[in-house]
Amino acid sequence: MAQVFTKSMARNIFYGGSVFFILLFLALTLDTSFALPERDQRHQLDLSTEVGQRIAKGKVLWENNNCIGCHTLLGEGAYFAPELGNVYTRFGNSKEAIKAYIQSRPPMGIPGRRSMPQFNFTDEELDAIAEFLKYSSEIDAAGWPPNIQG
Amino acid sequence: MKYTSQAVAKPYFIAAIGLFLAQVIFGIILGIQYVIGDSLFPEIPFNVARMVHTNTLIVWLLMGFMGAAYYLIPEESERELYAPWLAHLTFWVFLIAAALTVIGYLAVPYARLAEMTGNDILPTMGREFLEQPTITKVGIVIVALAFLFNIGMTVLKGRKTVVSLIMLIGLLGLALLFLFAFYNPTNLVLDKFYWWWVVHLWVEGVWELIMASMLAFVLIKTTGVDREVVEKWLYIIVALALITGIIGTGHHYYWIGTPEYWQWWGSIFSALEPLPFFMMTVFAFNMVNQRRRNHPNKAAVLWALGTAVLAFLGAGVWGFLHTLAPVNFYTHGSQITAAHGHLAFYGAYVLINITMISYAMPLLNGREANSMRSQVLEMWSFWLMSVSMVFITLFLTAAGILQIFLQRYTETPLPFMVVQEKVALFYWLRVISGLVFLGGLGTYIASFFVAARDAKHPQALDAGPMPSSPAGV
Repeated sequence: MAQVFTKSMARNIFYGGSVFFILLFLALTLDTSFALPERDQRHQLDLSTEVGQRIAKGKVLWENNNCIGCHTLLGEGAYFAPELGNVYTRFGNSKEAIKAYIQSRPPMGIPGRRSMPQFNFTDEELDAIAEFLKYSSEIDAAGWPPNIQG
Repeated sequence: MKYTSQAVAKPYFIAAIGLFLAQVIFGIILGIQYVIGDSLFPEIPFNVARMVHTNTLIVWLLMGFMGAAYYLIPEESERELYAPWLAHLTFWVFLIAAALTVIGYLAVPYARLAEMTGNDILPTMGREFLEQPTITKVGIVIVALAFLFNIGMTVLKGRKTVVSLIMLIGLLGLALLFLFAFYNPTNLVLDKFYWWWVVHLWVEGVWELIMASMLAFVLIKTTGVDREVVEKWLYIIVALALITGIIGTGHHYYWIGTPEYWQWWGSIFSALEPLPFFMMTVFAFNMVNQRRRNHPNKAAVLWALGTAVLAFLGAGVWGFLHTLAPVNFYTHGSQITAAHGHLAFYGAYVLINITMISYAMPLLNGREANSMRSQVLEMWSFWLMSVSMVFITLFLTAAGILQIFLQRYTETPLPFMVVQEKVALFYWLRVISGLVFLGGLGTYIASFFVAARDAKHPQALDAGPMPSSPAGV
């Protein structure tokens, strides 16, 4: 191996291979960005509409309260609490049900069990979170999750 | 050590181990919360403990990488570090910023922290692993730039070796890709798409370059094998890591709203991702078998071989286990992901940092190796931590398989919380393994104190027979 396969060949594979696959990855990224408008529900995000503003606010609330620290969203996050990418459909396509659930959390938790904190959101904030979760459920995620239980 | 400026590595290594201890303690808190859901609630809710667990992990690994670079680069470049004072300064900036961030997580609710740090000016918080306040992220960038400048100037002005070049490319990539942490659009698909440019392209891309160069360095030093041979291996390993890992990003794109063709790209390339890790294992054992000298630091050699094996198992085998799209459809976001994450991070990045610390710390303290007594303790800690981490992985895998079956695969799928209670036995076993792991880490920390004491009283050691190594290395 020592004579047939030299260090400079190895070096060329490293530089050539890396540059080639970086370019291929960028090309795939470009192609994906052309395909995304069909799948990512971006028409809902228009900030000149009320729905768009609610989704944007909902995402900020989702992030500012670190919901991902317990839940998963489209399968990513922590595995301590249920998947929320499809919570809208799980709750019977009802934003009201999502809002009622978040509102009903006991402030001191449930003895011995995992419990979601009581965040004391206003009605407007609850609307925003529910709208954000509805939007998430409508993203075309290639048929994931496998069933309603997430 | 050959160059006095290498000494700046020492505080980085000490802080890294301190943060590692914090990480493990919070890991155990999380493990307990999995089975006793209301423990520490509402004082330390699960998400807060998890942020501390994952963020201290990232920071201590980065501390370790930086310390390793400050040790390794002067020796490779055959000159003093360009600006040792800058390395000292950035150490304190980094440590204080990390400490303040963790205190922020623990002391105030996350929403309050977001408000206090002006998250609405440039919202970047609240995304997995990127939970740091925006000002902390800016601090990380400043520290990374100062660090890169220092390392880059040292390399430029000195001898350029393959090891230092690969490490520098890895560190450059690390800094560059972190900039995507500042991109956070409302569009969830775009958010997740570019979030992976930090998370995946770090962990399965540029970090592998840093890791491989650290491993190559330690193996050159401890085996005395010809640098030419090591460097050829190093090129091939990092070439494979990037060739498979860059398009391998696709295995994260299956279910976040991107086109279905990513299922093909992701499956094929991530099926190849175990290759660089397999090569690394072959490389490490080859070098040790061909060694031309018996380095007195046997513990460091054990850590290095352990890195190669456990990185292959955790990142390679456990990664491949659920990387093909039809399998991932069921395993995505389950305890299988957690199992893989634990062994992969431990095997690849925890162990490479400890390998480097184990090799460099005695030299930084003015001796080639620690006393055999101290090394035996180190070897015990290797086995305690590694075996318990393998068990953590096995228990989480068992929990994951059951979870997938009950929640996703049967005709009558059960709700998440019901399933969690049914698999609680494995979570209990995981907590027990976690406690053994903490014991292993305690043993590791104790070895430093034993080493220091033995170095002070070398005559006491001559009296008795040397204890034999449990590792057989």
